[in-house]
Amino acid sequence: MTEARFEYGFIKVGFTMSVSSIDAPACVDTLAVAHYQSSRRKRWVSMLLLLPLLAYTCVFFALPIGMMFYRAVSNPELLQAFPTAIRTMVDEPAKDSTALPTDRVFDALEQDFINAPSNAVIGEAARRLNYENSGYRFLVMNTARTYRTPLANPESQSARERLAAIDERWISPQVWEDFRRASPAYTPYYLLAALDLKQTDQGVAPVEESQRVYLDLTFKTLKIALIVSLLCLLLGFPFAALMVKASPALQVLLFLAVMLPFWTSLLARTTAWIVVLQDKGIVNTLLLRFGLIDHPLPMIFNLSGVYIVMVHILLPFSVLPLYNVMKNIPPHFMRASASLGAHPIRGFMQVYLPLTLTGIGSGTLLTFIVAAGYYVTPTLVGSAREQMLGYFIAFYTNTTVNWGMASALGLVLISCVMVIYLLAARLVGIRQIAGLR
Amino acid sequence: MNHFIQAYLARKAHVLFGLLMSIFMIAPLLAVVPISFSSGTFLSYPLPGLSLQWYERVFTSGPWMQALSNSLWVGIASTLLATLLGTLAALAFARRNLPAASGMLGLLISPMIFPPVISGLGMYFLFGKLGLTGTLFGLILAHTVLATPFVLISVAASLQGFDMTLLKAAAMSGASPVRAFAGIALPIIAPGVISGALFAFMTSFDEIVVVLFIGGPSQRTLPRQMFDGIRDTIDPSILAMSTLLLLVGIVGLMTTTWLTLRAQRNARQLKEQ
Repeated sequence: MTEARFEYGFIKVGFTMSVSSIDAPACVDTLAVAHYQSSRRKRWVSMLLLLPLLAYTCVFFALPIGMMFYRAVSNPELLQAFPTAIRTMVDEPAKDSTALPTDRVFDALEQDFINAPSNAVIGEAARRLNYENSGYRFLVMNTARTYRTPLANPESQSARERLAAIDERWISPQVWEDFRRASPAYTPYYLLAALDLKQTDQGVAPVEESQRVYLDLTFKTLKIALIVSLLCLLLGFPFAALMVKASPALQVLLFLAVMLPFWTSLLARTTAWIVVLQDKGIVNTLLLRFGLIDHPLPMIFNLSGVYIVMVHILLPFSVLPLYNVMKNIPPHFMRASASLGAHPIRGFMQVYLPLTLTGIGSGTLLTFIVAAGYYVTPTLVGSAREQMLGYFIAFYTNTTVNWGMASALGLVLISCVMVIYLLAARLVGIRQIAGLR
Repeated sequence: MNHFIQAYLARKAHVLFGLLMSIFMIAPLLAVVPISFSSGTFLSYPLPGLSLQWYERVFTSGPWMQALSNSLWVGIASTLLATLLGTLAALAFARRNLPAASGMLGLLISPMIFPPVISGLGMYFLFGKLGLTGTLFGLILAHTVLATPFVLISVAASLQGFDMTLLKAAAMSGASPVRAFAGIALPIIAPGVISGALFAFMTSFDEIVVVLFIGGPSQRTLPRQMFDGIRDTIDPSILAMSTLLLLVGIVGLMTTTWLTLRAQRNARQLKEQ
């Protein structure tokens, strides 16, 4: 009965569809058309199911990251504070880059100072100009302060002379060159700075040696992430292998050893390590008691602390993908290689290891990505020397409010992560990274 | 004979390695538990005496309890939202007819993979524009983003062995789509949904970086409170809270393990039938 009703409906749908649709493939078979139509409808249902999460992720994840990209190049500070001066400069360009701007630019600048919308706007412009050359903050702030009260004898001089009287630097070509460079709505300044480069009148050049910090910071971040992920692989590989073949009781212990830290609050784990590794902590107390050391070993708030805690936190990320791969390797493969006369090491290298490569790839790349973005752990268990990109991104955002620099460093970090993510997606597949078959 | 001894020693060394690693992974977590019951203020052994003063301090102090309640509210709300969004999306993937499915999956799980500082910074800009920085609602929206990949993956994994033709069979037998879903798909994906929701809750409950970027002083969550405590001076009240969080972790682990074992048993029974 139900079958009959179903078939009737099926044919009817096929019939009406084949009449109404023009874009269906040139096919007279009603059943094929019906199948085509119904699979298209089913695809729409799938897309509707996906739509809420897709829209949510786009608005609250992709859009914010897009805004970060925008912040890395946006440069609104001077335009907001000195709109007329910058417009006049564009209208009446100086003869060459070393010449002073025209008198009308000085007039416009004076008007901008007098009509400044708020101190905050001037302050931001002063901070922005200060990135070009330290000392400009005082120049701008001092000029703004002078213009807050009406000048004595305003008729006697030109705007150029009045500005020069406040600060001689206003008639220095260097200041105007820097001003011009800092004034466009978009700037490569932050991105170049994140790579230890700067714009000069001769083009792009490296910054002075004493100020080269960001490339070193990036290399340090990648180095720490690389060492942590290799340590996790070295420790995690035999660990995962043991999880597969151990006796049931040991299996429970090993499983607990991976999963309990994984489920425990990151900050609780970090606290535990600080307490255990500090000078009067358990490890140092025991070592002193047994006479192995004379005075406490510094194990925390330095590089060793960062490595120990990061490996502890990230080990599950490399063990679990390895375990998922290893548990599906039939044990008789190794037995077969042994019975064919292969030495265990040769069997391991030629049979076992190749079968675990996807697990090694996804685990190590995932660990590397997570480690490279670390912020909280190095902040809490490292010294000033172990701080990574993440720390400076947070520092520039929350402490110095230099959003451009924070975003540019964010862009550097994201590029590193994206390269690895795409590499992992290509090598092992997205479903493998997600832990799906 | 020599070969057998070598193999035996290698096996024993492997087991020893596993035991040492287990100590490395678990011992530090357990080692601080007794200190939280100390009657003194020092963070080292031997303990001067036992007391519950640090637990009393945590449970009666305003900031700690406020932080706990913030964390619970944000955690519960973002878990509900993330579970809804993630489950629907997982169903879409299980139908296996999406265009560009792996690209979509790559996009949707990227909040789990991208560094939280990046997400935090971007959200700081967006939520600043929307006036959502320094609000609990903003934190809920942000944590939902970070939690959905876990739900998506967990539910998708539980749907992997699911035979979609069962739903068709239900439809052919006259069941409405909702009834077919509730009667057939839901019991099968339920363990995946619950463990996904648990993961989502733990993600939010333990999240610190985004909170540092977009949370104000009155959105202090538990991790934020602990972060400030660790940066300042660690006293045993932080260890008392750590111990409680360890308990929360144990409960979460036991629940997901139980769910996984149950799902495996169900799958075996289905196969046997």
